[in-house]
Amino acid sequence: MTAIAASTARAPLLGEGTRVGLLVVPAVLFLAVAFVHPVATLIGISVHDKGGWTIEHYVRLWEVPAYLKVLQRTLLMGAGTALICLVLGYPLAYRLAHAGPRARALILAGILIPFWTNLLVRAYGWLVLLNPKGMLNGALVGAGLVEDPLPLVQNTLGVFIGMTQIMLPYMVLPIAAVMTRIDPALMRAAYGLGAGPVTAFRRVYLPMTLPGVMAGTLLVFTISLGFFVIPALLGGTRDIMLAQLVELNINQTLNWGFAAALATLLLATTLTLYAAAQRWFRVGALWGDLA
Amino acid sequence: MSAAVAHGARRRAWPARALDLHVGLVLAFLALPTLAVVPMSFNAAEFLIFPPPGYSTRWYAAFFERREWWGSAITSLVVAVLATAIATVLGTAAALAIARGRVPLRGAVAALLLTPMMVPAIVTAVALYRVFAAWGIAGTIPGLVAAHVVMALPFVLVNVSAVLNRMDWTVLRAARSLGASPLYAFRRITLPMIRPGVLAGALFAFLTSFDEVVVSLFMTGIGAMTLPVQMWTGIRFEINPIVAAVSTMLILVTASTFTAFALLRRTP
Repeated sequence: MTAIAASTARAPLLGEGTRVGLLVVPAVLFLAVAFVHPVATLIGISVHDKGGWTIEHYVRLWEVPAYLKVLQRTLLMGAGTALICLVLGYPLAYRLAHAGPRARALILAGILIPFWTNLLVRAYGWLVLLNPKGMLNGALVGAGLVEDPLPLVQNTLGVFIGMTQIMLPYMVLPIAAVMTRIDPALMRAAYGLGAGPVTAFRRVYLPMTLPGVMAGTLLVFTISLGFFVIPALLGGTRDIMLAQLVELNINQTLNWGFAAALATLLLATTLTLYAAAQRWFRVGALWGDLA
Repeated sequence: MSAAVAHGARRRAWPARALDLHVGLVLAFLALPTLAVVPMSFNAAEFLIFPPPGYSTRWYAAFFERREWWGSAITSLVVAVLATAIATVLGTAAALAIARGRVPLRGAVAALLLTPMMVPAIVTAVALYRVFAAWGIAGTIPGLVAAHVVMALPFVLVNVSAVLNRMDWTVLRAARSLGASPLYAFRRITLPMIRPGVLAGALFAFLTSFDEVVVSLFMTGIGAMTLPVQMWTGIRFEINPIVAAVSTMLILVTASTFTAFALLRRTP
């Protein structure tokens, strides 16, 4: 490299490494102006109001039972969705990780095509299926299996159904990634040493997949906390989650300070959880998997 | 793999079949909402009634007749194309710099560039809405494009970085030592090698922008209306069957894009 640099007539002002490094500047500048500055402004609004510093918006969050209830519900919905996704997703990940090339391609397509389908299309699809006059209730009532339509949507059940359908890939892919790396010889050894299938799974296979389980569970929980569209469309009026409370305070009560405090709380929780999850997965690597 | 599984499968056939049943049911659950939309789009009734009283294509016709619908689709397309182009250029350049250049605080810079992917959409929406409104670009196409570039940039970075990390750099060194200028070497060596990552990043960027609803919902009060916002209004306030027709068309686009992309990637 130096030989070439010396041989050219004019030596460049900066080294090649530095010049390549400069390519990051436009992206950083753009994000500083169009992302970091707005987010910092929002955090500022939450602690600075009416010309002075204040924590009143955060205090209000703790003092009003209705708001605490929303926080509690948000955490419960996140935990519930993570649990359902784990139960449904672990066997799916197992089948995906240990499938032949053809079955693997099929299962992957079955996971990824819905994943890349527009969120609103999927929410609308659930409404079509689950509403009181929808496909499922129409079929059930028509067949005489139930007298009155079942309440499947516009309630907590509807939100869980919608959130699970969206979050399942985030559970399956990290677990499957860990499973693919497990050496099959270990399971053969367990069988050879006299372990039954249940013991071999419980003592050998399951512990080795725990990093994937942790990654998937944390990821699903974290992303679920910020859900807005699904609870708004598939939930009832009592199923309000944190993100909806933010929107409500901006569009209806016009309380920017409180909305900013709620948003800051959600942001801090999310980033803390991602930081805590660093030991189990790299965020970038996962989104690469979703390709 | 197979060894362990096949071994297990011979010993206990029913668990293997139970597993296949579970997998089939879960995959059906994933596909269900998408599949339900298609027959509903040919429903002749005004409401979501099943079974439909008759079949028609009236909702497709309504989409192309009503300006607020086809107009919003064009707005979405324009915004997505612009956002994709900008995010792809910025993201690819940043990925190259981080992988190959001297970047101070490399780890922190990479984390900053990935952050928009982790921040909940509602937080980004509220923050950008506030500042963009003050700048007077909240309801405009430039405002929407800027917001979507923020959200799409990490996807380009992730995809291009993945390719860069697998790349064999000796080829580039060889070209340079044979006298290729940095620009020529980039055009003839680096770019062809990272093209799959750039394409994947651009595809993700496009889908991120074209499907984005939460940020656009805040931005588009009176100004430019995107298709997802129009759909949101159609679902939330009136359960408009035009949404079913739009959804069916979007499903077709997603499925064919996905297939084309998978085929494209298979051919070396």
